[in-house]
Amino acid sequence: MKESFNKNILELEKVGMVFGGLLALNDQNFQVKMGTIKAIIGPNGAGKTTLFNVITGIFPPTRGTICFKGKSIQQLKAHEICNLGISRTFQTVELFDNMTVLENVMVGCHTRTRSSFLASGFAFPRTRRKETHIQSKAIGILEFIGLKDKMREPSGSLPLGDQKTLEIGRALATEPDLLCLDEPVAGLNETETKVASSLIRSIREQGITVLLVEHDMKVVMNISDEIMVLNYGEKIAEGPPEEIQNDPKVIEAYLGGNE
Amino acid sequence: MLHIRKRAIAIFFVIIIGFPWIAEHIPAITHYPDVMVFAGIYSLITIGLSLLLGYTGQISLCQAAFYGIGAYVSGILTARYGLNSWLCMAIGMIFSGLVALLVGPASLKLRGHYLAMATMAFGIIVSVILNQEVDLTGGPDGMTGIPMLSLFGFEFDTTEKYYYLVWAFVFAAFIFSVNVVQSGTGRALRAIHSSEAAASAMGINVLRFKVIVFIYGAMLASLAGSLFAHYLNFVNPSTFDVSFSIKLIIMITLGGMYELWGAIIGAGLITFLSYEWLHFFEEFEIVVYGAILLLVTIFLPKGLVGIPGIIKRWFRS
Repeated sequence: MKESFNKNILELEKVGMVFGGLLALNDQNFQVKMGTIKAIIGPNGAGKTTLFNVITGIFPPTRGTICFKGKSIQQLKAHEICNLGISRTFQTVELFDNMTVLENVMVGCHTRTRSSFLASGFAFPRTRRKETHIQSKAIGILEFIGLKDKMREPSGSLPLGDQKTLEIGRALATEPDLLCLDEPVAGLNETETKVASSLIRSIREQGITVLLVEHDMKVVMNISDEIMVLNYGEKIAEGPPEEIQNDPKVIEAYLGGNE
Repeated sequence: MLHIRKRAIAIFFVIIIGFPWIAEHIPAITHYPDVMVFAGIYSLITIGLSLLLGYTGQISLCQAAFYGIGAYVSGILTARYGLNSWLCMAIGMIFSGLVALLVGPASLKLRGHYLAMATMAFGIIVSVILNQEVDLTGGPDGMTGIPMLSLFGFEFDTTEKYYYLVWAFVFAAFIFSVNVVQSGTGRALRAIHSSEAAASAMGINVLRFKVIVFIYGAMLASLAGSLFAHYLNFVNPSTFDVSFSIKLIIMITLGGMYELWGAIIGAGLITFLSYEWLHFFEEFEIVVYGAILLLVTIFLPKGLVGIPGIIKRWFRS
């Protein structure tokens, strides 16, 4: 455990992202240590979500390399990156609202237990067995995240807190090694926030590395092992929570300083 | 929500088997099995379209083109070169599948209106080829001399025999599609419909699934085309133009595109409307279709198959 703690699961080297003429990320270097919770914070428009999108393959970076478990992934498509073991949630909830809670998680199982179009159409016994297996796995995940009672409900009818939790559950179903959470507690009330924080901690206890973007400083300071601060596409600070809290550059970025 | 009951399929099966017998005994509808042959042929296409548009959320305005490719491959290879009809049917399906594989990846990267335009353009190209390649297709006059189907000496020479043949294919396609929809593949398709970003983040190869469903729809349409050609023994290009692709969209909109039943109900209803019940309107028929499309999209967004759900909700509240 100690050994793996010092190993990096994700390494970004000089990753830059330019949209048209707009520099969203300026040659970022950063690492995520295996088995930790790392938070990325920064004011709105700092490039946090862009960083997520680049890591998870929504779009390839303009330049630089991204290494996941020693393999460079910057040219891979989103679904390939998911197959390698990076999963994510979205800032604005992107559940499959044409499905039930259970089905949403079952979609997450796709990457580990897919079957071909033909095998599905002919309903081979093997395909059916897989289906039962997927279902029980999905129910297990719903139990873990505490949504088992609501598994037959349409996902769109859940309150926001449950929707965010369900997104995490769906991401867990892909059996990730690295889980990227984009503002997991944004819009949640205090109780929901507490539940979400403890869920994120218990995910790390399962050996899954967590990378999160979050504005709620209380949550970030509480659960993170390490924090990186972005501003205008630049990294301005990085370190453990206590250090970040007292960093003058961070305070300036958030509260505005004298120019 | 997605569970398609076995009992419903069994009832449907019995109705289809018994229909010719019933029609025979009611004077006003003795010719209905003939209309049902066409309804079955169109159902094959709409089942594929339902998977593509209803489940995966990808529009196609070129299903008539694949329908035409199937009809002409069968027509040309059997009438001109005397090849075995069933072999030609298979060749047509494989050829359509390959064409879909060629057209699909490029067009299915587009979304919404752009996808509609791209597929429509392909539909127009096929239509032009069928009209202009006179040496090959017989041009606007069409081509005749396409033989009847027969299997090991059994001739499908009556309407009734052909009716059962066509509906056997519809059943096979329906059951296959139901299985797909109820499997992990079906979930992947609905995921793509709902959010492509989330689907790909769940490890679903979005483009690949879209192309596979597109190919499946193309092959079913091609099969329908072959069955059409062997039934009428004659094909002509106007059957396969873009307006028919639009009519197919009207069919699944009316029936309901989010359930496979809708494909068959819509195809059946529109077929009967255009072959039987709308003669009164003559050239204004198209206006009636427009009205149907308008009313259904406003009042029945889930089509006719959505009605039971609406009634249930009424009773609950």
